[in-house]
Amino acid sequence: MLILQQIVNGLMLGSVYVMVAVAFTLTIGMLNFLNFTIPALFMVSAMITWAATAAGFHWLVAATFGMIVAILASLVIERFTYRYMKAKYGDATEHALPLVSSLGFLIIFEHVVIMIWGTDPMTFNSPFAHAKFEISGIIFGIPQLISLALSLVLVFGLSLLLKKTQLGRALRSIAEKPDTATLMGVDVGKIVPVVFVMTGFLCALAGILFTVNYQHVSPYIGDHVATNAIAGMVIGGLGNIWGAIAGGLLIGMVEVLSIHFWGADIIKVPVWTLMLLILVFRPAGLFGHTQIGKGKF
Amino acid sequence: MSAYMTGIIIILCLNIIIAYSVFLPAAAGQLNLGAAGFMIIGAYMDAYLSSADEGLGLPIALTIPAAALFTGLIGFLMSFPILRTKGVYMILATFAFAEIVAGIVLNMEVVGGASGFPVTTHTELEVLLPVTVGVVLFGFYLISTRFGLSMRSIHDDESVSLLFGVNTHLVKVGAFTIGAVLGGLAGALYGHQFDYIEVQNWGILFSIYVLLYVLIGGTQTPWGPLVGAMFFTFIPEILRAVGDATGIELFTELRFAAFGVIIVGMMVLRPEGIMTRTFLELLFRKSTPKSDIKLS
Repeated sequence: MLILQQIVNGLMLGSVYVMVAVAFTLTIGMLNFLNFTIPALFMVSAMITWAATAAGFHWLVAATFGMIVAILASLVIERFTYRYMKAKYGDATEHALPLVSSLGFLIIFEHVVIMIWGTDPMTFNSPFAHAKFEISGIIFGIPQLISLALSLVLVFGLSLLLKKTQLGRALRSIAEKPDTATLMGVDVGKIVPVVFVMTGFLCALAGILFTVNYQHVSPYIGDHVATNAIAGMVIGGLGNIWGAIAGGLLIGMVEVLSIHFWGADIIKVPVWTLMLLILVFRPAGLFGHTQIGKGKF
Repeated sequence: MSAYMTGIIIILCLNIIIAYSVFLPAAAGQLNLGAAGFMIIGAYMDAYLSSADEGLGLPIALTIPAAALFTGLIGFLMSFPILRTKGVYMILATFAFAEIVAGIVLNMEVVGGASGFPVTTHTELEVLLPVTVGVVLFGFYLISTRFGLSMRSIHDDESVSLLFGVNTHLVKVGAFTIGAVLGGLAGALYGHQFDYIEVQNWGILFSIYVLLYVLIGGTQTPWGPLVGAMFFTFIPEILRAVGDATGIELFTELRFAAFGVIIVGMMVLRPEGIMTRTFLELLFRKSTPKSDIKLS
């Protein structure tokens, strides 16, 4: 029974990883860009939600603040990262330019937040701390359950959007070949910010849900979540949205179960070894099929 | 020399060595986000061999090269799987490698696990400084050889290098392995400076900073990692000094954020890094003879 409880907890934690992993996989699949500002966006939205609630706002208002700031920040990041990627210098480390700028942004956000609120972990007084129910001894937290459902619905919607709509077609064409997409009348400069708005939205939502569910925030929460989300993304395959879901949930479960059985440290080795093996021998991920970013391996 | 200055010089020297460790593969177009992994291997190998209490107690003249070469061997073996990947995938693969190393060492009780490992032989700058100078000279020499030329050609265009008969795989493996040796060297020296090593010092942020030294410095010339490491070591200290001198605390508090702004600005204005070939020509050749024949 205890194990079942741990599996449930793992799925709940995994739902946070899912959203962050989808954010990673979107930017890699579409733009071939490892966006290191994702942990910062996650952390900023969580911190703002906490700070605004602490200042007396209703938590929904606070969460809206957090989300708006994260999306705006993501758009600013787009201007200074991806937009300069198109400049061609024609050498092998060229694709690192947006990566370096995104690392710069990560440093900026972390230190500005540290400057304003300090490095101590803060407690978030969740309005739903006691909202939970029990089915034959297994406790389900209602906010956790909602966040799991929300992340699955969102990602399902995202995948529909990519498959069915005009915008989705434009995005997929950019993922395959930006130059050809431009020739076919896709306005790359207008479509790419959409990816960044999605990234900001997903990260902010994940950050807010994490704050509400686990009731603590600190300037460093993003790093841990993002590292696990990267692992989940790789297991699911880079650019594969459904793979990111499976990978995120899997990593959440593995983390919770391994802490339960052996402690937190020992699991790192098998997880990252699996990651390295997948990256080297099967970069399309365990599930093979990718929706976006075909032909990049 | 004040203790503060000595401290900065120690950090600068270590930063320069680890920067060259990442620069060599980067000069051949391979980005390595696993600097922490090599540094951990070198530091722990050296600490275990040289420590009098819990290790073997060998002299450091033996243990530092041994640790560096051992790291090189690991790097050589790892280069085969890692070099199968490219671009973003290679960044993730090297990052995974560093995480694996950290995870293994964290669970090795023989080197103290999570509580760290003491290094008993302490050295001052007399070891670190000559080694650093040697590494820098070696970096310049290596780039000037035929091997270095091949590295640069792969950096600029891998397929064309292959067409011209460069054994690209061999060159990439070589660059990665030599980088690993330097990474192990930096780790070994770190232990003898700070007398205590723990894995937690070398997380993802460390690897990120080292990659930034190299990319901000520039991967085109061997000046890049030198300038990049200096830039990253001195700028926070300068900002701190400015903050102290003017009494505006904002400078001291904001110095890392300002640093991020500088990085983003650099990538917008000077995406090839501070030191580029054209910039060096501007610096060292006062008058370039203009040729009448225009090539291409």
